[in-house]
Amino acid sequence: MTQLILLVLEFFKIGLFAIGGGLATLPFLYDLTVTHPDWVVRSQLLDMVAISESTPGALGVNMATYVGNVIAGPLGGVATTIGLVAPSVIIIVIVAKFLERFKDSPIVQNVFYGIRPASIGLIMAAAFVVIKEALMDIPLFSETGSFADLFRIKSIIFGIILYIAMVKFKKHPILYIAIAAIVGNIISF
Amino acid sequence: MKKLLELYWVFCKMGAVCFGGGYAMLPIIQAEIVDKRGWATTEEIMDYYAIGQCTPGVIAVNTSTFIGNKRAGVPGAIAATAGFVTPSVIIIMIISSLLKSFAHITYVERAFTGIRICVAVLIVNATVKLWKSAVKDRIGLVICLAVFAFSAFTDISPVLFVVGSGIAGYVISRWKGADGK
Repeated sequence: MTQLILLVLEFFKIGLFAIGGGLATLPFLYDLTVTHPDWVVRSQLLDMVAISESTPGALGVNMATYVGNVIAGPLGGVATTIGLVAPSVIIIVIVAKFLERFKDSPIVQNVFYGIRPASIGLIMAAAFVVIKEALMDIPLFSETGSFADLFRIKSIIFGIILYIAMVKFKKHPILYIAIAAIVGNIISF
Repeated sequence: MKKLLELYWVFCKMGAVCFGGGYAMLPIIQAEIVDKRGWATTEEIMDYYAIGQCTPGVIAVNTSTFIGNKRAGVPGAIAATAGFVTPSVIIIMIISSLLKSFAHITYVERAFTGIRICVAVLIVNATVKLWKSAVKDRIGLVICLAVFAFSAFTDISPVLFVVGSGIAGYVISRWKGADGK
């Protein structure tokens, strides 16, 4: 029981200080291997990242659940998850109350006039990173220096087909994800 | 109570199909929350994302909390967040106890070569849709492209971009004398 409380507290700290999404929790998890070497070792963490990335859900939540499971079984997984998300919930509820009260004030409106395009700029940057990894082969390009090796032609063609299908049929995203999982097993990208 | 259960269930479904973190959730939020249920507008989702980036915690959780809170107050925030993390907790529990090397199974590895491409395209598609409601004039275009360039090619924290563009938005609106436009 004391261990579970300790887990909640440790992950509450991580949730409070990891700003900027799932991968931001990673340095804190590394730190955990130093402060609590009996809980989890460094080499385990890389496997956890791989598994967390290949299962649905937020990366940070998946990693927290995983670490909690390894340390203290299923209850540990629940404890770390609660610890991780608690600061988010508390802070966002406070921010939302504030926004609700001041959303019609010119100051808030003016601030959001600048923030909305910035928000889309940040989303574009994240999209850029994902595209770079999915459609380009930078390690191979830096090895051969040939532009023919820079782009993964098959992946790009598949991407374009998917895009056209999305715009044309407007189906639920999960359908395209399922198709892509099957195609990935048929064609080697 | 029915509202809370509905929130829990909708976010549970979203959590189960959201591969690749917070940004991958965006197209699913657009489909489920904006288009299908009308629980939030595109503008609101963008504000939530901007705020979710500069407040602590996982972006997907922050966004879930926001939407839940808007729909049903604090209990709604908790229901949405609990729903979103439920599939993660269950799936990770099963995998960590049964399959130590899940990520290295050939089928899973190959499926993900396809899924990664799909997630990239989904995010592009979501960005195109958001673009129309976010970038309304030349100043917006400049802010958007500047943030994109700095964020993609430097390691500057997103917090600075959000705070900086908020200040810029305030100053520019005052200077133009057009409050809230």
